[in-house]
Amino acid sequence: MQQFWLNSALRHPWLTISWALLAILIMSAGMSQLYFRGDYRIFFSPDNPQMLAFEQMQNEFNKSDNILIAIAPREGDVFSPEILELIWRFTDAAWQTPYSSRVDSITNFQHTEAVDDDLLVEDLLLQPAMLDADKIAGMRQVAMSEPALYRSLVSSDGKVAAINVIVQLPEIDQNQEVVDAYEHVLALSAQFATEYPQVDFYHAGILALNYAFASEAEKDASTLVPLMFLVIVLMLLLLLRSFSAAMATVVIILVTIFSTLGIAGWLGIFLSTATVNVPTIVMTLAVADCVHVIASMQFALRQGKSKEEAIHYSMTRNLMPIFITSITTSIGFLTLNFSEVPILRDLGNMTAVGVMLACLFSVTLLPALLRLLPAKVVPVSHTANGIEKLANFVVLQHRKILPIGIILMLGLAAFAATNQVNDVAVKYFDKRTDFRQSLDFIEDNLTGTANLDFAIESQQTSGVNDPAFLTHVARFADWLEQQPEVTHVASITHVFKRLNKNMHGDDPDYYRLPEQQDLAAQYLLMYEMSLPFGLDLNNQLNLDKSATRVTATLQNLGSKELTGFEQRALAWLATEMPDYTSSAASTALMFAHIGERNMASMLKTLPFALVLISALLIISLRSWRLGVFSLIPNIMPALVGFGIWALYSGEINLGLSVVASISLGIIVDDTVHFLSKYQRGLREGQDTEGAVRYAFHSVGRALFVTTVVLMAGFAVLAMSGFRLNSDMGLLTGLIIMLALIIDLLVLPALLLRFDNKGKSNENLSTTTAG
Amino acid sequence: MKTYLRQLLVSVCLCATASVVVAAEPTAAEEGLRISTERKVRDTGWGDTEASMTMILRDARGRESRREMRTLTLEVLDDGDKALTIFDEPRDVRGSAFLTHTKALEQDEQWLFLPAVNRVRRIVSRNKSGPFMGSEFAYEDLSSFELEKFSFNYLRDEQFHGEDCYVIEQIPQDEFSGYSRMLVWIDKSHYRVQQIEYYDRRGALLKTLTMHDYQQYKDKFWRPHRMEMLNAQNQKSTSMLLNEILFDRGLTDADFDQNALQRAR
Repeated sequence: MQQFWLNSALRHPWLTISWALLAILIMSAGMSQLYFRGDYRIFFSPDNPQMLAFEQMQNEFNKSDNILIAIAPREGDVFSPEILELIWRFTDAAWQTPYSSRVDSITNFQHTEAVDDDLLVEDLLLQPAMLDADKIAGMRQVAMSEPALYRSLVSSDGKVAAINVIVQLPEIDQNQEVVDAYEHVLALSAQFATEYPQVDFYHAGILALNYAFASEAEKDASTLVPLMFLVIVLMLLLLLRSFSAAMATVVIILVTIFSTLGIAGWLGIFLSTATVNVPTIVMTLAVADCVHVIASMQFALRQGKSKEEAIHYSMTRNLMPIFITSITTSIGFLTLNFSEVPILRDLGNMTAVGVMLACLFSVTLLPALLRLLPAKVVPVSHTANGIEKLANFVVLQHRKILPIGIILMLGLAAFAATNQVNDVAVKYFDKRTDFRQSLDFIEDNLTGTANLDFAIESQQTSGVNDPAFLTHVARFADWLEQQPEVTHVASITHVFKRLNKNMHGDDPDYYRLPEQQDLAAQYLLMYEMSLPFGLDLNNQLNLDKSATRVTATLQNLGSKELTGFEQRALAWLATEMPDYTSSAASTALMFAHIGERNMASMLKTLPFALVLISALLIISLRSWRLGVFSLIPNIMPALVGFGIWALYSGEINLGLSVVASISLGIIVDDTVHFLSKYQRGLREGQDTEGAVRYAFHSVGRALFVTTVVLMAGFAVLAMSGFRLNSDMGLLTGLIIMLALIIDLLVLPALLLRFDNKGKSNENLSTTTAG
Repeated sequence: MKTYLRQLLVSVCLCATASVVVAAEPTAAEEGLRISTERKVRDTGWGDTEASMTMILRDARGRESRREMRTLTLEVLDDGDKALTIFDEPRDVRGSAFLTHTKALEQDEQWLFLPAVNRVRRIVSRNKSGPFMGSEFAYEDLSSFELEKFSFNYLRDEQFHGEDCYVIEQIPQDEFSGYSRMLVWIDKSHYRVQQIEYYDRRGALLKTLTMHDYQQYKDKFWRPHRMEMLNAQNQKSTSMLLNEILFDRGLTDADFDQNALQRAR
């Protein structure tokens, strides 16, 4: 079988290439089905309880998708004729935002004033022409005392104001809709920025988040993927020192990526912030296969074999290791299917497919290409000498290396458990991204950027007008306002109090809740009548007025603090308002929970992956003993890596929660290659020391080269502006490097120290087999 | 001098030709105004009415909430009509009453009587596009149709509800209107409105109103017994059902002043 396959690849290279091309074309055609998705929902499976709660709330009350524009004059505050006119004009212009249904700012706030028996409802600033010192003083007084505005649409020091644009996306082509609406606002800001050079504009809101998800993904696709490609080509030329071999590798990489993306397209998988980097990862992993094949071939060529013989030699040596390592790598990535996050599952599946395709192409298309391309004998590089020196060092010093290595490993690994799960969508973005800078500014100068919505059910139609219910809601609103994390609270009780005051000739003593149900209901009727275009009560009351929504704006907390706040608030509601049911939801809360849920499920699958991969290793090496030895270089790199991470950052997000699984699949390769060569050395009759030297000699350089390539690949990923990707790249790269160090220092030291008695058995079995 | 006269003559002739052409082929604006005037004329002279209505509010998922009310209306020939709406359901707003004097050109006048407060309040607001009792109808959708409020353009003929209709573009003249324009389907047989599409200020379709179950009163005036308003942007909808309408109730201006508002129950 193997012979047949090798013969067809080597004797009929053109035929092999034609078949491969046909298959590649069919697979790649699926690329036309690929599309980008950037909304935050891609992080949540359809049955995610926090998302269901959030959608339930959005169905009950109005959807709250928005774009917030913060307007910050560099000097003075916003209460100057100039800036107020700017806010007025921007508010007016923002109505043209695609899909917008409402625009709110301090200028179009519906100010209600009681004059005798007249109730005057008017924009706080109807026309900029009305601005004089009195008007401005009046506006400042209203803005600073009105709960709907203070620390929401104007900062407490008056230096920053905001315009909030509510949008209703039809969700037919959501990505495009987000882009259309958000870029319209960006263009408005740019236009006003040229007119008002003394003013800075910042953008936030759900649409800004969605836009940032999509634009960072596209940025990665357009910068990181080509950069990765360049890095790989350069490294191949440098390491393989053969133009034709490098070109053959580049071809394999390209067809692997196209086929992988094509299959993803056929399967209906979309590109997202996570999957956009699949090409980078697959490229990296495909290179490893090719390097092993080509390095062996060059080794054979140096020994004077013909090109055809050299390819044959390389193929017979590498077929099994490449297959096994591809399987283990795939298993690592396939465990991502246990993740709670759909796009991480996509990442795992796409990469697993890519890895198997790379394996397929590097044992069919690659030999065929190598057969056709010219091959020259490449002289031995300096690394080979370095490898010999390293082998000497390990053999001579293994009694010192082992204890020092073990102490270092255990010492660092001990910190791994101190990492804390923390998922905050805003913090997924690097500080250098526009989105993050905007959010940080708004957070520091205006108000929090995270929301938490509470729905409180009175359990009966029109129950929100019941004074007992209102009293409780008002107490809850007060409680929220007293919490240190809370910057703003929106509650219908504020509206009731204001109306009561208005109906009593604006007497401040009447800024309190109405005391009868019918009075409250009739106030609401009146309030509804005064509402302007695009505003209704539905964002605070449900259709039959049985429930109300109280929205707390919070400082951007870590996920632990946010879930802690949620628990505290729900506990308060349960004890203080036992007659009513309440629930909490928000996008921030969804992210706060997903990290924990995902981490829990990934930790559960890790032992499973470890057992599966170790079993594979034991079967392929046909040795229990070596299987047990392999555990240390397989487990320790991730533990040490996470230990170092704890010292470096200490925070684990969604991207990092999968690193242990995927790195396990990759680093096992090193162990497989080293141990299989060690085993071959033993079988060829050498003692432990000789077998270790043999393993160093035959596979050390290839391991070094592939590790450098892999590290480069993940280092490129680490340059992403999106921390899920950059952190994943950074830590995976680190773990791969640690794996090489452990494989080349600790593993041989371990073998030299403890694998003395196994030697004779091995020899026996080889003799009987031979 | 001679040249001047000749030029004058030429321009007069040109103008005359132009006007002849216009007379032969009315412009879209003229045709739109003609059709809308005919619509108004056909609905003039009905006097006064008393109607009871049910409003059913639906959210995007189809959950419902009901409102019951009665409306007294008085036709005012040279200005906007007067209307008094008394709320019956939900119970906690029963007896609340809302009085509007629609004005053709100026701001409408509105008063509200809340029984729990037992005082009449005049509401001074430019908002006509806010929601009527939480429904998808805005106040301006329900106020009387006056030619002066709009400019018109005839667009095309089209079949709708099985009727041959004119499609007219109506552009509100009030800068505080929530709409940039409306498209109105008027049937050719009786000049009744069959459908209205409302476009928001950025020109996107906001709502669609369709009229159903037209019945004729006093052998002349048509009233729809069911109106359906669907919001295209948030998928909420409202049905306005006309349960009963009586004409010639002998209502006068005195039934539509602030004192009447307090008496209304």
